[in-house]
Amino acid sequence: MRKVKENLIKGFFCLFALLSIIFLLGIVIVLFKEGLPIFKITSFKKFLFGKLWYPTYEPPEFGILPLILGSFLVTFGALVISVPLGVASAIYISEIASPKIKEFIKPVIELLAGIPSVVYGFFGMVVVAPQVAKIFNLAVGLNAFTASLILGIMAIPTITSISEDAISAVPKRFKEASYALGANKWETIMKVTLPAAGGGITTAVILGTARVIGETMTVLMVAGGAPVIPHSFFEPVRTMTATIAAEMGETVVGSPHFHALFAIAIVLFLITLSFNILADILSQRFRKRLK
Amino acid sequence: MKKLISVIVVSVFTLGLMVTSLNAGEKKLIIQGSTTVLPIAQKCAEVFMKKHPEANISVRGGGSGVGIAALIDGICDIADSSRPMKDKEIKKALEKGVNPVAHVIAMDGIAVIVHPSNPVNEITLSQLKEIYTGKISNWKQLGGKNQKIVVISRDVSSGTFECFNKLVLKKERVRPDALLQASNAAVVSIVKRTEGAIGYVGLGYLNSEVKALKIEGVFPSQETVLKGTYPISRPLFMYTNGKPKGLVKKFIDFVLSKEGQKIVKGQGFVPLK
Repeated sequence: MRKVKENLIKGFFCLFALLSIIFLLGIVIVLFKEGLPIFKITSFKKFLFGKLWYPTYEPPEFGILPLILGSFLVTFGALVISVPLGVASAIYISEIASPKIKEFIKPVIELLAGIPSVVYGFFGMVVVAPQVAKIFNLAVGLNAFTASLILGIMAIPTITSISEDAISAVPKRFKEASYALGANKWETIMKVTLPAAGGGITTAVILGTARVIGETMTVLMVAGGAPVIPHSFFEPVRTMTATIAAEMGETVVGSPHFHALFAIAIVLFLITLSFNILADILSQRFRKRLK
Repeated sequence: MKKLISVIVVSVFTLGLMVTSLNAGEKKLIIQGSTTVLPIAQKCAEVFMKKHPEANISVRGGGSGVGIAALIDGICDIADSSRPMKDKEIKKALEKGVNPVAHVIAMDGIAVIVHPSNPVNEITLSQLKEIYTGKISNWKQLGGKNQKIVVISRDVSSGTFECFNKLVLKKERVRPDALLQASNAAVVSIVKRTEGAIGYVGLGYLNSEVKALKIEGVFPSQETVLKGTYPISRPLFMYTNGKPKGLVKKFIDFVLSKEGQKIVKGQGFVPLK
């Protein structure tokens, strides 16, 4: 009787563990089932490298190059902001700050991650964009620059907390050896701690990248939304995520446009998947090295 | 083996629970679709349920395409749409044994808006087309200030864009660097903060923070849309499967009644009478 009960409970938890795998599998199957039919209408090359996105015109154009470049440009800009800030905060928290300050700053940074992205988007649209327009003398402040700024701030918690874990994981004996050789704190951080934590920090950056490239609501509100190939940071851009979010609701289910949106989702999925695999490999290698 | 059996038992049990909870409540009505029609449907459902406490109406957004797909799949009873159904959708519906019937429930005008400081008051349809296709790019060309025009449009799959595209652009491509926004509210929000901006929104979204332009000499208002003198207007739809019966009929009749049309007007749209 007891054994039956135990097995029942075991099965119950096993079901929940399996659920996420089932969900993932389901999502992937649907993505490919709904996305691949677009390649009956347009070629793979024309889809990825086409420069025009006019999905609802006659004849339609399904070129997602402007969307891919828009996503990459915004992501790159966000990393320029979030990597130095995020890593520097991590160093400060784990190496320099007193325990009291650390206790205060860490939760505050983590709180940044808890703010819903629509709030970031609203803040960007109402507060940041008009200022950007004024400072740089632009007609409108909704562009890749503003989007990068906001997304950069949004990615800081991811980068900081993972980097901080990596820095804290550097064995104490490394630092003690460095001090014993006469290095000061700055030299120890730059030449011993950071290189030792390098793999973990790289993982942090990659996961931060995946976070930014997948962000939807904020870019939808702040990036401007023009599907053109951007030539500078001060032009409006449209990302892959924003396109899917904005167009999926109104399109005819089962139409070429519908399949094209799913195909964009496949591209996005493959990009974030490869980032995650890369992060996994790097962090494993990093752990081995520290042992 | 035992493990497997217990896994199956538990999952079947959970599923069973879910199904029974779905079947509770008999007089249920599900409305889904266009975000433009959403405020009308919501308010009407609210008032309707007060009068008929036995009815349980749930109203969802999602977009015209989503609503129509839900009607075809039998997930909803009424599909809100800001555009007529496409041939492909009708074909698909008939294949699945669904016979979509359109009910025009209100009219909507599309107002062209600019920043309040813009001296331009009036525009013609052909000028509007040239702005959106990129042939006119400075307000100077329209008698305004020497200022670049910031073109703001709706997403190319939205019903509002489709109407604008048909009536103004005549299906010519909108300039690729136009800012495509996902909602009426976003267009208003940008136009009121951007001096050189031009955008278009449904009548219900007009407010004192933006300036609506006269088109071909006609100012957008409920009267001019109803009279048909304002050139950019469209019908809004509710689709049902076959001729409405029972609760669905009661609800559609309510929306079309005097009281329902008063709600339509209250939400900023144009009533049919």
